[in-house]
Amino acid sequence: MATAHLRPPDLSLRALAVWRRNFDVWRKLAIPSLLGNLADPLIYMLGLGYGLGQLLPEVDGTSYLAFLATGTVCFSVMNSASFETLYSGFSRMHVQKTWEAIVNAPVSLDDVVLGELLWAAAKSLLSGMAILAVAWALGLTGSAMALWIIPVAALTGLAFAALGLAVTAVAPSFDFFLYYFTLFITPMALVSGVFFPAQQLPPMLQQLAGVLPLHHAVALARPLFFGQVPQAPLLHVAVLAAYATAGFLLALVLTRRRLMK
Amino acid sequence: MKPLADAAPPLVACGLRKRYGGREVVAGVGIELRAGECFGLLGPNGAGKTTTLRLILGLTEPHAGSVSLCGLPVPARAREARARVGVVPQFDNLDPDFTVEQNLVVFGRYFGLPARDIRARTPALLAFAGLEGRAATPIGELSGGMKRRLTLARALVNDPELLILDEPTTGLDPQARHLIWERLKLLLAQGKTVLLTTHFMDEAERLCHRLAIMDRGRIIAEGSPRAVIAQRIEPQVVEVFGEWNGAGADGWAQAQAARYARRFEVSGETAFCYVTDPRPLLEHLDAQPGLRYLHRPANLEDVFLKLTGRELRD
Repeated sequence: MATAHLRPPDLSLRALAVWRRNFDVWRKLAIPSLLGNLADPLIYMLGLGYGLGQLLPEVDGTSYLAFLATGTVCFSVMNSASFETLYSGFSRMHVQKTWEAIVNAPVSLDDVVLGELLWAAAKSLLSGMAILAVAWALGLTGSAMALWIIPVAALTGLAFAALGLAVTAVAPSFDFFLYYFTLFITPMALVSGVFFPAQQLPPMLQQLAGVLPLHHAVALARPLFFGQVPQAPLLHVAVLAAYATAGFLLALVLTRRRLMK
Repeated sequence: MKPLADAAPPLVACGLRKRYGGREVVAGVGIELRAGECFGLLGPNGAGKTTTLRLILGLTEPHAGSVSLCGLPVPARAREARARVGVVPQFDNLDPDFTVEQNLVVFGRYFGLPARDIRARTPALLAFAGLEGRAATPIGELSGGMKRRLTLARALVNDPELLILDEPTTGLDPQARHLIWERLKLLLAQGKTVLLTTHFMDEAERLCHRLAIMDRGRIIAEGSPRAVIAQRIEPQVVEVFGEWNGAGADGWAQAQAARYARRFEVSGETAFCYVTDPRPLLEHLDAQPGLRYLHRPANLEDVFLKLTGRELRD
């Protein structure tokens, strides 16, 4: 009965109780967690930005540090959403059996997955905004248009949280996530214009990047950071929304298959 | 006016079937609970008890059959039905990231209950679970028995009509088991209905008004503990062990037991003789110097072993 798990989502506002549970746990360790979220990408951004930036007078008409800052916002959102749904999500689902406890209450498994999605997206939004705030404080951007990066980061967080939950639903162990990071996340970061303009790459890789979600996040965030309207913004939004929606529906089916046996 | 659902039995399950691959784990199970009773689902490991509970709660879909939980069809309205049920799962899944009280508050939120209501009720819930003064204790510092009791308290946050417990005392020491039994009796006295699974026969005999013995996905006996014993097995049991003519009780049983016992089984060093009138057997045994015996009334464990066999189930 492989088709038994293919049915419309059974969602309710109880998903917010799942969100709230994760928020309450995070709150206990908010300061180290925020520092961890912020420090790592920030060190790379400032180190590469200042160090490498000395060698590169200008990238795409701006300082390398400013160029890198916009990429780092998206990169940080992606990483944060992925880590939360993979490692922390797997721990709650598989190790602590938290999800199994929750579904004994009037909360559906779909609610649990939705709560996890919204939580990971919120947490990743926060880490992206922390980078953006630093960029602002360093005077790398002053444009009000940059505020549009907030919804872009939220959508990016949803897309990567949804993909992460789908991967978690089929993961046999923590080791499995190494494949996801090594084969998907890291190469994507390199072809999506986070660290250098994608135009430097062979055309084939540029085309490949065109179907990856991070490329579209960067394509929206970078012009906005410099006060410009992105080219074809609806296309980029649509691709991210499609990843979020398809990833979430896939995560629902795969999680049901795993836990509603 | 009370909602109609209140008049319905707490649980009616009919013809439940569940397959995994080619194997039918639940093969046509029917259970009907009466309000206020304790019903036990007994069976060896792998008999299908836990899967039956999951079907009842709407946590997995049956291939055939129907469930009505608190008067509501499951899985169609499982969410509403679960709002009126408390569950103690087989394996502790308390939230290790929280303290004792936070576990209750966070779990109450899954029922839509405000945190201040749960906090107000926490002292009473903890007193019930024998965990007074532990509100601020992290879960990692609780013993196995304390975790089980907290899981029971957690199952009561929504003041459920029906309590479903999956092997509530497995892995507990005798003190902890007795405390759980006592609490369950208190809940029954308060009018709650209890459905539990167990493979401890003394637990079932002590607590259950009615029980069903399950094996290989089917219910193979059902009734009150006394009725099941009366109907399914000879009333007296004599366990024979020791030495006999240079052999053990096994040798004696093969040579002699059939003369005195309607039925006998040998397990390890012991021969179990099932009899209606034990006197001829006891007279015979008294004349065998090397043999010793234990004479007792038949109990649920005898029935269980008779119906499900003595081989190991893993």
